[in-house]
Parts: sequence; structure tokens; C-alpha cells
Amino acid sequence: MSELWVLLALCGLATYLWRGPGVLLSAGIDPRSEAFAWISCVAYAIIAGVVSRMLVMPTGALAETSALERALGSAAALGAYFWLTRRNLLVGVAAGAAALWLLKL
Amino acid sequence: MLVAGFLGFGALAAAQDIPLGIAVASTVVIWALPGQIVFVEMHALGAPLAALVIAVMVSSARFLPMTVMLMPEMRDERHRAWKYYLAAQLLSLSGWTMAVVRFPQMARAQRLSWWYGFTLVLMVVSALSTALGYLGADRLPPLARLALVFMVPMYYLLILTGAVQNRSAALGLACGAIAGPLAYLASPEWSVPLAGLAGGSAAYLILKRT
Repeated sequence: MSELWVLLALCGLATYLWRGPGVLLSAGIDPRSEAFAWISCVAYAIIAGVVSRMLVMPTGALAETSALERALGSAAALGAYFWLTRRNLLVGVAAGAAALWLLKL
Repeated sequence: MLVAGFLGFGALAAAQDIPLGIAVASTVVIWALPGQIVFVEMHALGAPLAALVIAVMVSSARFLPMTVMLMPEMRDERHRAWKYYLAAQLLSLSGWTMAVVRFPQMARAQRLSWWYGFTLVLMVVSALSTALGYLGADRLPPLARLALVFMVPMYYLLILTGAVQNRSAALGLACGAIAGPLAYLASPEWSVPLAGLAGGSAAYLILKRT
């Protein structure tokens, strides 16, 4: 329990290492450098990797759903996002969640 | 738009048995949805501490170029330095995007107080959404919990497919989406940083070649 708080504090600190130095460095650093281009690719890949694993090989709560149910839920979210609304993220996400709910009823 | 992501995150934290206090505090302390999801998921996978902290850290790397771009726009002699260090903690993609739009029509001296007002509202709304998603998943029937947790992958699925105009974002997300499950097969505890490194480097190389 308390070790989770320590872990959270470490993660907060680690994230702040990108924010705080930006105040000082403001002038001397080039946001368009190659190192930045690479690390931002890695940052996008990390979150996409976690989320796609949740969809393809779920652990925890989503493990109770079948691959077909998750695929149909994703299709509902994409459909609502691109065709029903003009890219309304909240509606799209809600449509996906509602579709999964209906499939499971 | 933020609400959907943080509702789902709260539900995910509840489903993975993270205490409510930790879930809500993470919205204030980490204040980056990808980092928070990585934190909860890797904790559930039993990842080693170093792997977890590194993955959370790297997932927020975009903040450095964002702060570097934003801070000179807010600088004004009348404000003390510590206010900028606190302002940096409030940085998120939504706040930054809005600031880039609004700053040109705003007097320099007003920008910092506008930033505090706007980003603190974002943070409070997000923290409340986290708590709401958590309590919803905890108190509602299991089916509702399932639907709420499902909001997390849906949120990023839509962001991924919506970002196709931004080539580096789209390629990074696509390569990561492929690398994630593969790395999980190789090593569940290390899968997150592994997939990021492999997928991100592949995306970078593809970007350079084309």
C-alpha cells in the first residue's frame, strides 16, 4: 500500500524531469532535433503497445470478453467517431463501450 | 475529450485493484494519461520497479519540447521563477494546445495567470473523472465495469486512427501497436519498454527513409 505511494512519487518525479528542465533550458535546446524525433516515436510506441496488448491479449477485466466482442466494440467506436459524428472522441468512446455492454447482455 | 480518457483510466485502476487515492493522486502527480495507464498496467503485470519507472518516464518525453516551446511565451519579469516550475507541472497536451491557440491574442503579462486558471480546471475535471470512473467500476454491476474499462483502448484506438495526418504520431502509434503484443509474448514484465524501444525505433527509421 505505502510502497505504491512511493512508486507513484517516483513516477511523478520521472515525468517532471521532462517538464521542469524545460523552464531553464528554454533557450538552449532544439525541439526539432533528431534525438527528440526518436524519443517521441518511442513515447507513442509505448502507449500504443500497452493499449493494443489490452485489445489483442487482455489480462484482468477485459479477459472476460471474446476477441469477436472486442472487435465489434472497436468497430462501433470507429463507426461512431468517423461517420456518425465529426470525430467526437467522447461519443466514439462511449459507443464502443455501449456496444460491448450490449454484446454481453 | 479528456473526460472519456480519465473515466476509463479510473475504471481500469479499480479493475486492477489500485486504491482510489492512488488513482486520483496519479492524475495530479503524473498528469499524463499514457504514463498513468503504463503505471497501472505494468504494476498489474508485476513489472520490475526500474522497468516501470523508465517506461512511465519515456512515455511522457513529448513534454520536454512542449515546455521548451511554451515557457518563453509566458516569460515576464513580474513573475517569480518558482511560478514557472509549478506551471510546468500543469503542462498537458490539452493545455498546451489551447495555449498555442490563445497566446497570440493575449498580453504577455496575462498569459501565466490564464495558464494557471485553464490548466487547473483541466486537472480538477480530470481528477473528478478519474474518481467517477473508479467508483462506477467499483459500485456498478460487473458488466458496467467491463464497458468502462473498455473505454481506455477505445480512446487510444480513436486517437491513433484520428492522427493519420501527423506522420510521426501515426507511425509511432502503429509500430507500437504491433510491437506491444509481440513483446508481451517474449517477456510480460519487460514488454512495455521493449515494445516502445523496438516499435519507436522502427517508426523513426521508417520516417527517416521516406
